[in-house]
Amino acid sequence: MSVTLILTAAVLSLCTAIMLLGNTVYSPAAVWKVLTGENIKGATFAVRTLRLPRMLSGLLAGFAFGMAGSTFQTMLRNPLASPDIIGVTAGSNAAAIFLLIMMNLSGTAVSLGAVLGGVLTSAFIYLLSRGGKFEGGRLILIGLGVQAMLNAFISYLLLRAPQHDVPAAYRWLSGSLNGVQLSDIPMLAIIIIIFSPITILLGKHLRILELGENSAVTLGVNTDRTRILLILSAVISIAFATATTGPIAFVSFLSGPISSKLVGAGTQNELPAGLVGAVLVLLADLIGQFAFSTKFPVGVITGILGAPYLIFLLIRMNKTGGAS
Amino acid sequence: MRQSEKVFITLIISLICILLCIAGSLALGSRSVSPGELIDALFLGKAGTFGQIVVRERIPRTVFSLIAGAALGISGALMQAITRNPIADPSVLGVNTGASLFVVMGIAFLNIQTAGQYIVLALLGAAITAVFVYGIGSLGAGGATPIKLALAGSATSAALSSFVSAIMLPRSNVMDNFRFWQVGSVSGANWTNIRAVLPLLIIGFLISILLAPVLNAMALGDEMASVLGVHTGIARAIGALAGVVLCGAITAVAGPIGFVGLMVPHVMRLLLGPDQRIIMPMSAVGGALILTAADIAGRILGNPGELESGVVTAFLGAPVLIIIAVKSKGSSL
Repeated sequence: MSVTLILTAAVLSLCTAIMLLGNTVYSPAAVWKVLTGENIKGATFAVRTLRLPRMLSGLLAGFAFGMAGSTFQTMLRNPLASPDIIGVTAGSNAAAIFLLIMMNLSGTAVSLGAVLGGVLTSAFIYLLSRGGKFEGGRLILIGLGVQAMLNAFISYLLLRAPQHDVPAAYRWLSGSLNGVQLSDIPMLAIIIIIFSPITILLGKHLRILELGENSAVTLGVNTDRTRILLILSAVISIAFATATTGPIAFVSFLSGPISSKLVGAGTQNELPAGLVGAVLVLLADLIGQFAFSTKFPVGVITGILGAPYLIFLLIRMNKTGGAS
Repeated sequence: MRQSEKVFITLIISLICILLCIAGSLALGSRSVSPGELIDALFLGKAGTFGQIVVRERIPRTVFSLIAGAALGISGALMQAITRNPIADPSVLGVNTGASLFVVMGIAFLNIQTAGQYIVLALLGAAITAVFVYGIGSLGAGGATPIKLALAGSATSAALSSFVSAIMLPRSNVMDNFRFWQVGSVSGANWTNIRAVLPLLIIGFLISILLAPVLNAMALGDEMASVLGVHTGIARAIGALAGVVLCGAITAVAGPIGFVGLMVPHVMRLLLGPDQRIIMPMSAVGGALILTAADIAGRILGNPGELESGVVTAFLGAPVLIIIAVKSKGSSL
């Protein structure tokens, strides 16, 4: 519990930092006044149009990525099995870009298509890896292959895209909080308010699934229904978050292992994982904005942070025999 | 059918297909050329009309796609043989991405420009990545099992390509023409860089042919091979070096082209059996065919632009990876 409180505090202070910092640093009082409706020359634009959407999208998307990633990792009993590594996210993105470019759709229709793409990809990978013994390593290899194919398909779509559709399509390819608008936020917020409680409640069952298929059945958990509901709510959260910020590299993958380290293995960690995701995205955005002479979008920073951790995790898994 | 007949027929069919691909590669693209113009330009050396000039411009690219495919095919066959791993391949093991990362770092930070400098950095990157991935993959119980190696390679590849993106992104205007450092393409080939990589490729080809009988012995198991008088350690090291040189040199010119080395040796093994003395040269033939065909397909699919050949080979080769993973039952992988 104390971990959750500390993480919440970290998230709140990072949110505050994003609101205060920028080309001009505003005092907390000034920011508060702007948020409560007062008009201050300069500050109103910077705070309401630039920083508020940035902060909210980072918070919500980070939370969604973290929680969904942790769900997949626990369900498949493998820290490498996060949706951004096994191709589920690529499935969503391919579907979204297809609808954008080939069908000329936009908005919610595209997001729903992304959900469908993610669900179909998950089902495909899961069915292929089912035959014989349920094996983590095989599932990940299959996922990597599926991801390679989907990425090839995305490259093809982008090449076919009319010039004016390309910026909209790129939203689905690289993660950034730049250019998020306040009007994009409510939809994402509603999705997260609906689906995080579902994920957290079903997460209890997930702990039992973690004990293994047989004991879960013995304890009266409907394994297939739990799995399907969890995959649905994770994929929906990811799809809508991606529609807002683009895929932010490695956040889904990193949040679960970090939060389970913080709360201790075996403890329920969907909520902490969501908070860790939000911390990662907000922190990486601050680093990207202010640490270097060039401004980097948040996805590049999380990519650089995530890469060494991926290697480290692999080394540890091999040493303990987790991968084979 | 006797083994030698099978090899002969496969070879003849492949060579006919390669000839068709060469013609296609010279004739097709954003400006297609008539057969008449193609023959004029190729055999009569004419360079008068626009079409004839187009053909001449496409010659280096076609030559490079042939030798690059051959090199990648052999490189994959070598890596599969020495690691006894059905999914070993320069792209699955991350070696191509490592080579690409080093070249991109060289361009961004060291301001390198010549083909020779590209090649040195690419080989360095390929070698370091190969050692690194093999090191991670062989940690823990059971040594370098196929699945641990493949996971180590794919994860390393994912990690390294996020560094490539990070380096390229703030330089997007300079790097726009260099998109092939993320997904490989043979479009950038010219005579200068073909000449630069050719000696390395010839050395790699020769080593792989000479090593084939030794690899056959090693397929029986390390102990059996030792009994037959093979120094398995030395043989592995030489084979790995040749494999890394072959794919590193190609990556220096074309960027990371994936999955050629994965699918071609598999198809050849399926068709012609496990004899490395046949697999090595036939993987070269098959690789040349696949990559040239992929390049043509990329130009047709992408018309009026073009789809990188690495995108096409990924789309063709990834299913092979999936099939191998699906078919393997647990421990056999």
